Amino acid sequence: MITTQKTVHQLVILSGKGGTGKTIISASLMHLASQTKYRGVLVDADVDAANLALVTQAAPITTHAFWGSQTAEIDLIKCNRCGQCYQVCRFGAIRQPIDEKDVYQILHLLCEGCAACMYICPESAIQMIKQQDGEWCHSVTLFGDLFHAELFPGAENSGKLVTTVKQNAKLFAEDNHLPLMIVDGPPGIGCPVISASAGARLALLVAEPGVSGLHDLERIIQTLNHFHIPILICINKADLYPEGTRTITQFAESNGYEIAGYIPFDDAVPQSIVNAQPVSLFAPENQVSLAIGKIWSRIQQTLFEKGEC
Amino acid sequence: MKIAVASGKGGTGKTMIATSLAASLAPGFVIHFLDCDVEAPNAHLFLNPELTGISPAVIAIPKIDPDLCIACGKCVNVCQYHALAMIQEKILVFSQLCHGCGSCALNCPVSAISEEEKIIGTLHQGKTKHGIMHYVGKLTISEPMASPIIHKLRKLPQTNPDITILDAPPGASCAVVSTVYDADFILLVTEPTPFGLHDLKQMLGIISQIGIPAGVIINRHGIGDKVVETFLTQTSIPIMMKIPYKHEIAIGLASGKVLTDFKPVYRRKFRALFEIIKAHIIADPGEP
Amino acid sequence: MIIMITSQGTTLKSKPNQIFGRSLMFIKYDTENDKWEAFMNPGVNEPGGASIAASQFVIDQQSSAVISGNFGPNAFRLLEAAGIQMWTFDPSCVSIEDVVNAYKKNQLTPFLQSRKN
Repeated sequence: MITTQKTVHQLVILSGKGGTGKTIISASLMHLASQTKYRGVLVDADVDAANLALVTQAAPITTHAFWGSQTAEIDLIKCNRCGQCYQVCRFGAIRQPIDEKDVYQILHLLCEGCAACMYICPESAIQMIKQQDGEWCHSVTLFGDLFHAELFPGAENSGKLVTTVKQNAKLFAEDNHLPLMIVDGPPGIGCPVISASAGARLALLVAEPGVSGLHDLERIIQTLNHFHIPILICINKADLYPEGTRTITQFAESNGYEIAGYIPFDDAVPQSIVNAQPVSLFAPENQVSLAIGKIWSRIQQTLFEKGEC
Repeated sequence: MKIAVASGKGGTGKTMIATSLAASLAPGFVIHFLDCDVEAPNAHLFLNPELTGISPAVIAIPKIDPDLCIACGKCVNVCQYHALAMIQEKILVFSQLCHGCGSCALNCPVSAISEEEKIIGTLHQGKTKHGIMHYVGKLTISEPMASPIIHKLRKLPQTNPDITILDAPPGASCAVVSTVYDADFILLVTEPTPFGLHDLKQMLGIISQIGIPAGVIINRHGIGDKVVETFLTQTSIPIMMKIPYKHEIAIGLASGKVLTDFKPVYRRKFRALFEIIKAHIIADPGEP
Repeated sequence: MIIMITSQGTTLKSKPNQIFGRSLMFIKYDTENDKWEAFMNPGVNEPGGASIAASQFVIDQQSSAVISGNFGPNAFRLLEAAGIQMWTFDPSCVSIEDVVNAYKKNQLTPFLQSRKN
């Protein structure tokens, strides 16, 4: 059998809570990976707040419109003001006229595109119009290619945009024989997280010490267990609150999860963001970067050297 | 009065600000606190309500009566989300895709579709030691959509408070819109870095669409640069507070304390903030 | 017997697609007379429920089997209920032709829901 198509190993970085440091860690891991034989493609799956391009000096090559959802539109000439659309809309997305001169109006920000109004309208005065919900980009960065997207404000983050970005990244990786895909995940546990995690061989969870840290870690772990994705944990800003770090460590130990590393707090991190670089490049000698380096080694071992195909 | 606390970026300090505002105002007002970050709710870890009421958050999903169903496929066709499929004259429901719009039931020619409840999360309520009435929604693991439970959470309070504080989820997607769309004022929390600026702009995109007065709080002031401040001078959105980065604040928050509880000087600052918010609302009531 | 294969292109030389729900194309292949046809997947542009739309399409084409890289829980539920066999191909199959031959020689792996991603 001739194997010309190697598998692309997907690593997804998640946390449950926002602001734990996923993006800086993702960018740093990509930087470190680019110096080994495990070069990869980078995906920013946090389409709601896409920041990875800002610390990788991304230069766009291609940009594509993303047509996700649809919204209702009333043809006011055909409208007979019967109000049935208002009666059936369960999302409060239709505004009634306040007087004779006023009209029925669709509140697009609230419209979920269910088309119940379209079907009920006796005059066929309502149409569903596709909306451009955002755009996605293929860019080059200092460390390899980046696939990222921006959801327009107020749009539904259904996971479709995340899936689109990932698919294109995967095809690129396969065509270019890149063994690794690093997916910087979104916060939360809902659809965008589920889409970001689909196909992942490994999830790196970034936890923060503190009362919310453990609570949110538990929820993202439950989500990943539901989808059978193996987990490594790292604790960011670990020295900020040692008691919290201990609590998370104990939790990991009692539940059989491995802690891949402890990353200390360092104000070089916000400075690295200001300088549009991952901290591993901006301050390579600092403990924060060395800690991320150790985590990369562990990831490398788990993904590539374990003997799994 | 409804004040929403939002931020484009996660982890900027929304919950710290929302809980501090609530705790500072509690002595003089009846406060309802709604934690609308239903995927990762945290505020209860700080406000420590005695959660007495717990109820399931349900949405209505279709139930097809097989005796009445004539397998015409109309429901499959009208569903915009592919939550219904037909094989061998049987209709299958994919409840995780269902938005609860009711269109299938409305369009069934033989009225074979009724609705049954599906639990998508839990709703909790209770009083905190500050006297705040706390409401929180938690999305069940593996449920994809946050908006429906946010809508249910918002309908939970049975009484009318003086002030409702809404702690929004991070981001600028429809879950955030579900939280903020009818607020009287929106506080936007950001950090002074290019990340903070980028994500703040996403939120400003929503603000301009819904026409609600807003102001910015810069948290961890001093850790980054001045891009956020510089940008805001070109807009009409005021910077209403700057909270400097202090190690002791970070530690206090990590141990689950409300900022105004362990740094009482902030009580006065948040009460002053409230007065400015009131002035903004009177001056610019927003779109009806 | 009719089999459906997720494809990145419109011919037998095209690369097979690992993804089911949002695969761009399907190749419909009749193993009895070796006739085949390319179809665009109706699920590819849907905002949600793509795999359901794709599964419905596979069912409506009177398929006995479908071959892809992976099947999500919604697709699995629908295809299983319809009695359609699910198979996956390994990286050695670089074209639709390879997949068809592997199917005929019984060299494909049956897809079981308990498999990890």
